[in-house]
Amino acid sequence: MAKRIEVSDLDIYYGDFKAVEGVNVAIEPRSITALIGPSGCGKSTFLRSLNRMHEVIPGARVEGKVVMDGQDLYGADVDPVNVRRQIGMVFQRPNPFPTMSIYENVLAGNRLNSKRMKKAEADDVVERSLRGANLWNEVKDRLDRPGSGLSGGQQQRLCIARAIAVEPDVLLMDEPCSALDPISTLAIEDLMTELKDRFTIVIVTHNMQQAARVSESTGFFNLNGVGQPGRLIEFNPTEKIFSNPDEKATEDYISGRFG
Amino acid sequence: MSTDTRPAAPAPVQPRGPVRVERRLPRLAPLGLYLAGVALGAGLSALTGSSLSSTVVYGVVLGTLAVFLASRLVEGRRKATDRLVTCLVTTAFGVAMVPLVSLVWTVLDNGLARFDATFFSNSMFRVVGEGGGAYHAILGTLVITALATVISVPIGLMTAIYLVEYATGRLKRAITFFVDVMTGIPSIVAGLFAFALFTLLFGNDVRLGVMGAVALSVLMIPVVVRSCEEVLKLVPNELREASFALGVPKWRTIVKVVLPTAIAGLGTGVTLAVARVVGETAPLLVTVGLITGTNLDPFDGRMATLPVFAYYQLTQPGTDTQAFLDRAWTAALVLIILVMALNVVARLISRFLAPKTGH
Ligand SMILES: Nc1ncnc2c1ncn2[C@@H]1O[C@H](COP(=O)(O)OP(=O)(O)OP(=O)(O)O)[C@@H](O)[C@H]1O
Ligand SMILES: [Mg+2]
Repeated sequence: MAKRIEVSDLDIYYGDFKAVEGVNVAIEPRSITALIGPSGCGKSTFLRSLNRMHEVIPGARVEGKVVMDGQDLYGADVDPVNVRRQIGMVFQRPNPFPTMSIYENVLAGNRLNSKRMKKAEADDVVERSLRGANLWNEVKDRLDRPGSGLSGGQQQRLCIARAIAVEPDVLLMDEPCSALDPISTLAIEDLMTELKDRFTIVIVTHNMQQAARVSESTGFFNLNGVGQPGRLIEFNPTEKIFSNPDEKATEDYISGRFG
Repeated sequence: MSTDTRPAAPAPVQPRGPVRVERRLPRLAPLGLYLAGVALGAGLSALTGSSLSSTVVYGVVLGTLAVFLASRLVEGRRKATDRLVTCLVTTAFGVAMVPLVSLVWTVLDNGLARFDATFFSNSMFRVVGEGGGAYHAILGTLVITALATVISVPIGLMTAIYLVEYATGRLKRAITFFVDVMTGIPSIVAGLFAFALFTLLFGNDVRLGVMGAVALSVLMIPVVVRSCEEVLKLVPNELREASFALGVPKWRTIVKVVLPTAIAGLGTGVTLAVARVVGETAPLLVTVGLITGTNLDPFDGRMATLPVFAYYQLTQPGTDTQAFLDRAWTAALVLIILVMALNVVARLISRFLAPKTGH
């Protein structure tokens, strides 16, 4: 079910402030695409515009096209709710629902949409998703406890479990591992590698090694100065980006990090 | 205690060890000093033969001074300032408590005389002297307040949801402004509004329980809107985004994520709004009137309510004046108990409905 996403001439605004400018990129299905770049250059903003989460912010808007399998996601007749059902998202900061137990949090995508499910089926989804997010062993004895009682890293993995429980076509992850220990990080990376057979995955990361390890393609965002819009400087296969990038700025950024 | 008697020499400069030892007054010393100061002040003013209020003032001033000076000598300037402010704040608190305690005391003192089974089981039907009770008024107050709540909560809550989740720009500011204006409406105006409205609809001389409920709603809606609005604003945006990102439509997000997260605060807000209007007298006076018998149908004629009951017992006593006064005080006591009970309920709601985080 994985989908190909083509972005053309995308400008993203917060009110009058142009945060991202002129993005052209094609995100391939069944692959992992990594987005890297300095803080504040618009990676999260771009990611959120892919599933129309950007427009949730008052005054925020988008110009340009995002086409998924031939359909413009920003077309007049497209319901953002349907877009988000196909394109799931894990946020930079963990946000489990405080009123729900761990079990209910994983099933939130189904429950909130009042999708009926047999108990056995629901149990199965919960276990599969939690195992996928490498959280099952830590919480299997307390599935009925509130999700907000978990540690930060556990909450983040709970959010990942919640996002994959609804089986989206595309999964957007905004620094999913920034709060995780190396073991959980590896587990999430394994999960991504496993999921990419079925899903299209886009991940924002500050961890260069992670981008190099898991992704097929990498995009480098940068901005010329404070108050300037961020731009997609280079988009290439990951190997090329890390060995022989086309742009000087990319090389500076990467080598700066690797010393 | 040796610390008290040390000379007030400046503290020797100590080398910066791992922990700096500071001289402290013993734990109970400030309280003791304060009380001693108060006693001294009281004694002084007793000698000069002045009134109770000046006794209190002398006492408080001397007590504060005693604590401040002792602390200044022993503990140094920063700590002394701290103690001084503590004294001032505590005094302010004490002053604020005086009217409350005095009020509760007076009402208890006068109201307990008729706080008996008859008061809670009898109406005033055919009672002209002793006996009788407020059974009809208590139930009437409950019926009318419940009706007012049923009217106000949906309107108030939905307005709050609209303001927080949907409204933008000028309309939002206009609504907020008018809600603020409504908050300041004098209660008699609310009563007259309901009176005029129902007179228009049903002709002259109409008195109905539901009129009172409408008048109370006018007072209650803005309170519900404001408290619900504040509570809904506290729900983190991240939760809404989390829900949207799962492909949940906005209205479902509000019903299933925002409201459950805020339910404790909403319940508390509504309960406090009820407590705010349950004792309103003026609007009920002009819309509901009073009867001596029991009428529980808010759509059929006059009803009795506790505040109006108390008002008429007080202002139009019969021949046996004391019996009427006693009933008025007891009605006031019951009202206070009702309001306190509502406040307790509000606390329980926020305790038991708040999202749990513990293990
Ligand atoms: N809600 C908002 N309203 C206005 N401006 C915003 C908002 N969110 C982000 N911005 C601005 O948009 C620009 C891009 O922010 P964005 O969050 O996309 O950066 P980022 O690349 O994800 O950074 P980081 O690596 O620190 O997460 C920044 O200049 C930021 O100030
Ligand atoms: Mg970001």
